[in-house]
Amino acid sequence: MTPVRAPATADPQSAAARRRALLTGLAITAVVLVLPLAAGWLGTAWVRALAFAALYVMLALGLNIVVGFAGLLDLGYIAFYAVGAYTFALLASPHLTDNFPAIALAFPGGLHVPIWVAIPLGATIAAGFGVLLGAPVLKLRGDYLAIVTLGFGEIIRIFLNNLNRPLNFTNGPQGINLIDPVRIGIVSFDRPLDVLGVQLTSPQLYYYLFAALAALSALVCARLQDSRLGRAWMAIREDETAAKAMGINVRNVKLLAFGLGATFGGVAGAMFGAFQGFVSPESFSLMESVIVLSMIVLGGLGHIPGVIFGAVLLSVFPEVLRHTVGPLQEQIFGRIVIDTEVLRMLLYGIALVVIMLYRPRGLWPAPLHGTARAPGGGDAPPPANRAAGGVEP
Amino acid sequence: MSLLQVGGVSRRFGGLQALSDVSMSIARGQIYGLIGPNGAGKTTFFNVITGLVRPDAGSFMLDGKAYEPTAVHRVAAAGIARTFQNIRLFAEMTALENVMVGRHVRTHCGALAAVLRTPAARAEEAAIRARALELLDYVGIGAFGHLRARTLSYGDQRRLEIARALATDPKLLALDEPAAGMNGTEKVELRRLLERIRANGVTILLIEHDVKLVMGLCDRVTVLDEGRVIKEGEPAQVQRDPAVIEAYLGRAHEPA
Repeated sequence: MTPVRAPATADPQSAAARRRALLTGLAITAVVLVLPLAAGWLGTAWVRALAFAALYVMLALGLNIVVGFAGLLDLGYIAFYAVGAYTFALLASPHLTDNFPAIALAFPGGLHVPIWVAIPLGATIAAGFGVLLGAPVLKLRGDYLAIVTLGFGEIIRIFLNNLNRPLNFTNGPQGINLIDPVRIGIVSFDRPLDVLGVQLTSPQLYYYLFAALAALSALVCARLQDSRLGRAWMAIREDETAAKAMGINVRNVKLLAFGLGATFGGVAGAMFGAFQGFVSPESFSLMESVIVLSMIVLGGLGHIPGVIFGAVLLSVFPEVLRHTVGPLQEQIFGRIVIDTEVLRMLLYGIALVVIMLYRPRGLWPAPLHGTARAPGGGDAPPPANRAAGGVEP
Repeated sequence: MSLLQVGGVSRRFGGLQALSDVSMSIARGQIYGLIGPNGAGKTTFFNVITGLVRPDAGSFMLDGKAYEPTAVHRVAAAGIARTFQNIRLFAEMTALENVMVGRHVRTHCGALAAVLRTPAARAEEAAIRARALELLDYVGIGAFGHLRARTLSYGDQRRLEIARALATDPKLLALDEPAAGMNGTEKVELRRLLERIRANGVTILLIEHDVKLVMGLCDRVTVLDEGRVIKEGEPAQVQRDPAVIEAYLGRAHEPA
């Protein structure tokens, strides 16, 4: 049998592949840059939806590290989004100075932490909470892990809801208001900005910022996936005992997955706080965790392009629904019969069931290597030995 | 001097004394066989020396240094690599990635270096890949590196597990029934592979049911029965020992 190697990196075939990748990259960049301008014609709501899509891409990428790479089912991921959001809210709003005279004395001009401090801080604190969640659940797998993480997410939300007495840290269910917008240099993101004769609205500015952060997140995730650490995560996902036997310190590697995953949530949360100018506990319900999880499962667990696709699809979808089904119902029945929010959940449910039945690896899963005929041999590969592998695209 | 020196290992599971006072000394460069009937405690002994099961008692020396088999990953770092009786590959990863995971314990690149793609990280990654490709060739599956592990044939999966274990640069390679389920041709190839590994200076501890393979391949053999060592010696001696024959075939029925 003569060994057949994958082509070396220097041959013309891979040069063509690289050119194709470059062109695809440029095309995607162009679309991402032009999209908010086009959406601007349709109305601000669409631009806001796009900005949220970019935030959800960050969230989905972060959760994908924990669930997709390391195989740890996390149903409380939104807690890290909440931690990031509240970190920024407390550090860049009058809330703390209003409620704590000592802080007001220390910062006579009010607390206005710039994002250069707030983002790393939000990320670090969220990572700390990630490790805090990770530590007690190291030995848990599957369903048990899911239950504990679900509980963790709810605990954070309930704390935010109730930490207004005896000392008012979070302002309870009313939430925190008057959060500073993002300011970079002299550019304040809450005001329109003229760039080369084009006037960009505030949501458009935020969109570009979030899209840049999402692109950075994707790059970080791709590099992590394709590294020693990424392989260790996947090894744990595939077989924890074998991974240990290969010398992988499962405890540390799992904590890193929880911590790094939470970091993305923290940054996205801080951005959310600045964008909205307001945060309250109801933004961080269990449903949000479930939706982010749906995004990565629907897109393609563990596959970065699939995860991004799933996040964009599911976050823009409600907006599309609001602008199509709502007016449609009014035209036909003269009033809204089924609330679009209800309809959205119904359609999510149906979509997930259909995906699980017909494309269990997601809409855009990682390409399957190894289904090709073994080179030089006549033997067909043995049948899949895992029930959940399934369905080739 | 012996590479692995294990003394007085005992382990109890509830009412079952799985191992009682098992000692073993494996010389450097040997292929050492561990045999015994089903349920003799061979795999438990394996699990104890590799840190998967905590012993109730016992002393452990590897390469002249005492080691505590309390954490599996530390045992791997100390220099014992193992394969599993029922193959445990990373099924959805490619064959190449499986072996690259084996290099984990001998490499250092962290999260930050990976994200920044520092020159050191890139060089290390290239070295990991080169070594993994080399090992795939070494065990004879160099052509299948790009295939997912679960699509490989049974014999090739066994080889891949050995390649993955070798990637940790072990001093001792512990193989739990590597020939199980193999056909005649595959067994001959496995035997050649193990002899090559020994010739390259890696000591091997082998659990095996196939008596022919053990007798032909091993330099020394220990026979376990009901958690005790009943015989230790060269294969030819062990094969003739009445206690060993009795353990395998049972005692002749004596009329009352």
